[in-house]
Amino acid sequence: MNFPKTLKYAKTHEWARREGSSVVAGLSEYAQKELSDVVYVELPAIGREVKQGQPCAVVESVKAAFDVYAPVSGKIVKVNKTLEANPSLVNTDSYGEGWFFEIDPSTSGEWDSLLDSGTYESVLQESAH
Amino acid sequence: MNYSPLTDADRQDMFSAIGVKSFDDLIANIPLTLRGRGLNLPQGLSEFELRGYFEKILSSGRTAGDFNSFLGAGSYDHYIPAVVPQIVGRGEFVTAYTPYQAEASQGTLQAIFEYQSMMAELTGLEVANGSHYDGATAFAEGILLALRTTQRKKALIARTVHPEYRAVAATYLAGTDHTVEEIPYTRAGGLDLDFLKKKLSSEVGCVAVSNPNFFGMVENLTEAVALTHGNQSLFLMTGHPLSFSVFCSPGEWGADMACGEAQPLGLGLNFGGPYIGYFAASHALMRKIPGRLVGLTTDRCGKRAFVLTLQAREQHIRREKASSNICSNQALCALAVCVYLSSLGWDGIREVASLNIEKACKLRDQISKLREFEIPFGGTVFNEFVVRSRKPLEPLMGKLFEKGILAGHALEKSYPELKDHFLVTVTEKKTDAQMLEFTECLRGL
Repeated sequence: MNFPKTLKYAKTHEWARREGSSVVAGLSEYAQKELSDVVYVELPAIGREVKQGQPCAVVESVKAAFDVYAPVSGKIVKVNKTLEANPSLVNTDSYGEGWFFEIDPSTSGEWDSLLDSGTYESVLQESAH
Repeated sequence: MNYSPLTDADRQDMFSAIGVKSFDDLIANIPLTLRGRGLNLPQGLSEFELRGYFEKILSSGRTAGDFNSFLGAGSYDHYIPAVVPQIVGRGEFVTAYTPYQAEASQGTLQAIFEYQSMMAELTGLEVANGSHYDGATAFAEGILLALRTTQRKKALIARTVHPEYRAVAATYLAGTDHTVEEIPYTRAGGLDLDFLKKKLSSEVGCVAVSNPNFFGMVENLTEAVALTHGNQSLFLMTGHPLSFSVFCSPGEWGADMACGEAQPLGLGLNFGGPYIGYFAASHALMRKIPGRLVGLTTDRCGKRAFVLTLQAREQHIRREKASSNICSNQALCALAVCVYLSSLGWDGIREVASLNIEKACKLRDQISKLREFEIPFGGTVFNEFVVRSRKPLEPLMGKLFEKGILAGHALEKSYPELKDHFLVTVTEKKTDAQMLEFTECLRGL
């Protein structure tokens, strides 16, 4: 599976990328494969304050519904509206067009608590055993 | 394989495995006074004797059909065409429960799909679910949905919503951080819009109104809906579903949800149940609505197929994040509604609804001319209206009962301010002669 080294990860299977002062987040390839075909994404309202590790979006597949957690605390500044019409982007391009939301972080320390790709992969391997 | 359960030998094996001698040993720590002393029952009866015994009990009871009944208030005695019980009674349909197995349940699933389609059309909303247990629980689920969707804490519920629906909603909300406030009614028996205006705030997620209201009045909801939406709150409308065919439907008023009792659409009075709750909503709320939804799709050969759909909303998949615990419906009652509505057709439904209005207005007119009675609330009605008696109501109701007349529903218990007021219901089944008998008896009291 592909876990780009340029991204950071949360144990709850979100990826995060810095873009200027903002943090963009989506679901890892592992998560999208576990979900199977995504049929619906419920995104947070723009302007909503979120806390690291708290649910702020819902992703629904043909077999289940899961919460998506905020990788860092802050304010939602952008959401990927195209997912409402085309939720399968989460499956086909999870690190690109399948992004979920953009957060303006309220603190800088939380970024370092996220996992790098190697650590995330070893977390996945451990949980598989 | 021997399948006799719990033989003496089985018991003995179990006793020795756990180290006791007898069952009494096992429950030795329960005081003798608390133990069952066996049942003191008479000798059994033969089938013939038993039938006679129950027939005697049954014949001492009386049903609405044995009276000249003007009772309604949430349970309505409409005519049910013979085709309804005929089809509902077919063995193939007999289930109380939603079928999971699409490959074995196409007929039942199609019936629920048709029910949903008809309820969506009747309520004027985009999606209807496969039904709830009754009107009160559908109503309460609607309130929950609105509060969860808007992420607000407070529901404003009109005092003119059925008192039992309000009680069930209060029970559903007990133990949550949600609150309810009642919107009073005006002197004319309608929704107090000034109160609503004052109370709408960023706390309020839901405004729930009955139309027709519990007093039978049909109101213009345009302003109430506009005020609610102006406050980014959701509007829930309940009410007698037959009325939606001649007056504006919930969707036409602009309501976001319609939740109420579909018993008047083909179910008998049934001593209060089983009934069936209708639940319809706008497309925007589709993925949040509770309960079963049947969808139309195609199988792998391209043939039409009905399946349960959008199940990720439901509790068995979304667990504690689901908007409701309801994962079932009233399948057989939904079938009855489906057959009732199809057998009448749009024209028939409107004709029945119009008959209700005509007859209710006629009786209201007759009673309004009696010296001892008064009609406190004017306005448009569907099939019910309030009457105030100038004499004490209870003895009056008793005298009418002795004459075989059920005069209606006394309102004081739910509305202490409406002493000696009662709600009179007139369905299409009431004949001119029955209404005349009623007014003549009232005149003579």
